[in-house]
Amino acid sequence: MKRFLTILLLVLMPMTALAVQPDEVLDDPALETRARELSKGLRCLVCRNENIDDSNADLARDLRLLVRERLVAGDTDEEVIDFVTERYGEYVLLQPRTGGTNMILWLAGPAMLLLAFGIGFAYVRKRGQGQEEVLSTDEEARLKEILDR
Amino acid sequence: MLNELGHFALILALAVAIVQTVVPLIGAHRRWPGWMAVAEPAANAQFLLIAFSFAALTHAFVTSDFSLRLVMQNSHSLKPMLYKITGVWGNHEGSMLLWVLIVALFGASAAWFGGALPSTLKARVIAVQGAIGVAFLAFLIFTSNPFLRLAEPPLDGNDLNPLLQDPGLAFHPPFLYLGYVGLSMAFSFAVAALIEGRVDAAWGRWVRPWTLAAWVFLTIGIALGSWWAYYELGWGGFWFWDPVENASFMPWLIAAALLHSAIVVEKRESLKSWTILLAIVAFGFSLIGAFITRSGIITSVHAFATDPERGVFLLWITAIFMGGALTLFAARAEALSSRGVFSLVSRESMLVLNNILLAVAAFVVFVGTIWPLISELAFDRKLSVGEPFFNMAFTPFFVGLGLALPVGAMMAWKRAKLGRVMRQLMPAMILAVAVLALVFALQTGRSALGPIGLMLGTWLVAGAATDLWARTGRSGAGRLLRLPRNDYGRVTAHAGLGVTVAGIAAMLAWQSEDIRVMQEGDSLTLAGYDITLDSVERIQGPNYISTTGHVTLSRNGREIGQLNPEKRFYPVARMPTTEAGIDNGIMRDVYVVIGDPQDAGGWAFRSYVKPLANWIWGGAILMAIGGALSLSDRRYRVAAGARRTPTPNKGQGVPAE
Repeated sequence: MKRFLTILLLVLMPMTALAVQPDEVLDDPALETRARELSKGLRCLVCRNENIDDSNADLARDLRLLVRERLVAGDTDEEVIDFVTERYGEYVLLQPRTGGTNMILWLAGPAMLLLAFGIGFAYVRKRGQGQEEVLSTDEEARLKEILDR
Repeated sequence: MLNELGHFALILALAVAIVQTVVPLIGAHRRWPGWMAVAEPAANAQFLLIAFSFAALTHAFVTSDFSLRLVMQNSHSLKPMLYKITGVWGNHEGSMLLWVLIVALFGASAAWFGGALPSTLKARVIAVQGAIGVAFLAFLIFTSNPFLRLAEPPLDGNDLNPLLQDPGLAFHPPFLYLGYVGLSMAFSFAVAALIEGRVDAAWGRWVRPWTLAAWVFLTIGIALGSWWAYYELGWGGFWFWDPVENASFMPWLIAAALLHSAIVVEKRESLKSWTILLAIVAFGFSLIGAFITRSGIITSVHAFATDPERGVFLLWITAIFMGGALTLFAARAEALSSRGVFSLVSRESMLVLNNILLAVAAFVVFVGTIWPLISELAFDRKLSVGEPFFNMAFTPFFVGLGLALPVGAMMAWKRAKLGRVMRQLMPAMILAVAVLALVFALQTGRSALGPIGLMLGTWLVAGAATDLWARTGRSGAGRLLRLPRNDYGRVTAHAGLGVTVAGIAAMLAWQSEDIRVMQEGDSLTLAGYDITLDSVERIQGPNYISTTGHVTLSRNGREIGQLNPEKRFYPVARMPTTEAGIDNGIMRDVYVVIGDPQDAGGWAFRSYVKPLANWIWGGAILMAIGGALSLSDRRYRVAAGARRTPTPNKGQGVPAE
């Protein structure tokens, strides 16, 4: 059902322009590279789950220009992110912060992996020691009986 | 008239599905052959009724019958015939009808191909499949009726969304649904086995082809969607970690785990309860996927027009099927004792590792997908989880999986010698490390993504080749042709994974890009390619107006090709689309996009050189071919006949009681 349904929602978005426009590109290639990287981690607020680098919405363009403005003014990457987050909230970050309740999100995978390894290892160990289970004492006795016959 | 008959057929199908669920279940419980025998004709009848209903809806779309609300909303008389037909499933109601059609198709194929199954198991499988049919038919009829009429039909329709009018996307949903719904067969087999109380090697052999088929369809469906995004959305992205994409990726991961663990059940009678659990969870993720897409609870770029009533209904379906199956599992899993014994170094252990990594990877995707919802509900903290998180949290699992795969694939069952396997794989390992070193040296100062991805890809492909060679034993190349198709399937699919990994890494690491304003006649040079915009013209298409750029691509003064990027405007839907101009190559794609005319003259123009782009989908095609090869293995066809004779020594299940 998936990707093709982008659509219904893309319709709702202004599609006048295509992502980053030529007039937005900064003259300094190093700054522009940083701007692109930062843009990829910021969410377009009026879109559905798109970063501002890919988005065609006007608001995304405003945010792209804002990021570039801050960079030209000499902000570090962290300062730009803080600046944007302060104004638009945590919702704007595509990479959730690591603090507070978000630790559950970040640690869920590693914790589950450790747990799975523990269970998996215990299971494999158990199967490895299973040789004796092949024959019970009764069966052992019967086998002996047959062999001795 | 035909539309009313289609609607009526759906209601009849619901009645038949109820019979298909109830009667064989009672029959199997009481061992009444007559009641069990109801399963087959009921499954056939349900399939034929829904097929008729689907044909009726297709007829309405093809003849542009705008008295149907659905046709009015999603079609237009000028639309090309192909898209009139594919428009049937280009909307919520029609796609749900396709979904129930496929549920019924799988139920009927259990009747057609299940001749050798024990009669009670077969009756129960078809009954559980019938129950899934009941749930979704009720959902379709009561919340999403496709046959609603309009009192005053308009002269023409609203047109299908232009982005959907594309061959890649037209066939994306049917494949995805075959995959999602295909997993319902694994689910039905798992629940039937739990009711029976026995899981044996034969069960593993029966459930594997269905899972494999579902996985192949999912692979094709996901690849088609990703390929479409690549050429249609205008910047060459191919995967966005969007909730709806994740909804198709999670079942894919779990299905991959399931088809590997079913091998252990079949060959070694171990991992039984885990395999059953995976079969239940795999279909659970299909259901959750349907819920995420159609309820709109999680913000996604995709998603159908949303409706809370539908969301609640789907949530109930998910809750009832998962709750019921998991309760049954909890009650019966204890009894499914495993028999096989194996040591820490063995193929069984490596398949356990494969399952751990795939299942935890799916879990990470799941947590990331629903975290915004949980965080907002539980902690009142509104946030987003996007691409950077998934890249960071998911990739390590796949790297681990890729590193272990060639070793695991070559391990012997029961007890293997690690040293022996590593000696055989030594050439592959040296090659992979050499690639790592070479690539690292060539691209000083960039991220480690490219070198590691290419190393992993080389390791997987060379490992697959070693695997194939090792299978011939000492008799050399002559045996190569006589190997079972299953071996070729495994090797092809594993190599395909390597190709995809290399493609993704190379494209993400070394893409070059240029954005600028171009006048007619301007040229630019990007990564050694000269790109010239010769002219721009307006062209009238069948149902759109296009601004087409004519671009010449050359290298070192030699012309390589002509590209025609377009920007289209669909007047009925009032929507623009971009059609990228792409020069496909094995080692790279050159990708150009024409944008808006600028105030000062000229057009916004973007060009990209994307290394190894086609490897991403080439690898997916290899994976699908590998799955199909395994599926066509003699074993599955011959075994069908062999199963008829009772085998007292093998396939003796473990009774639950």
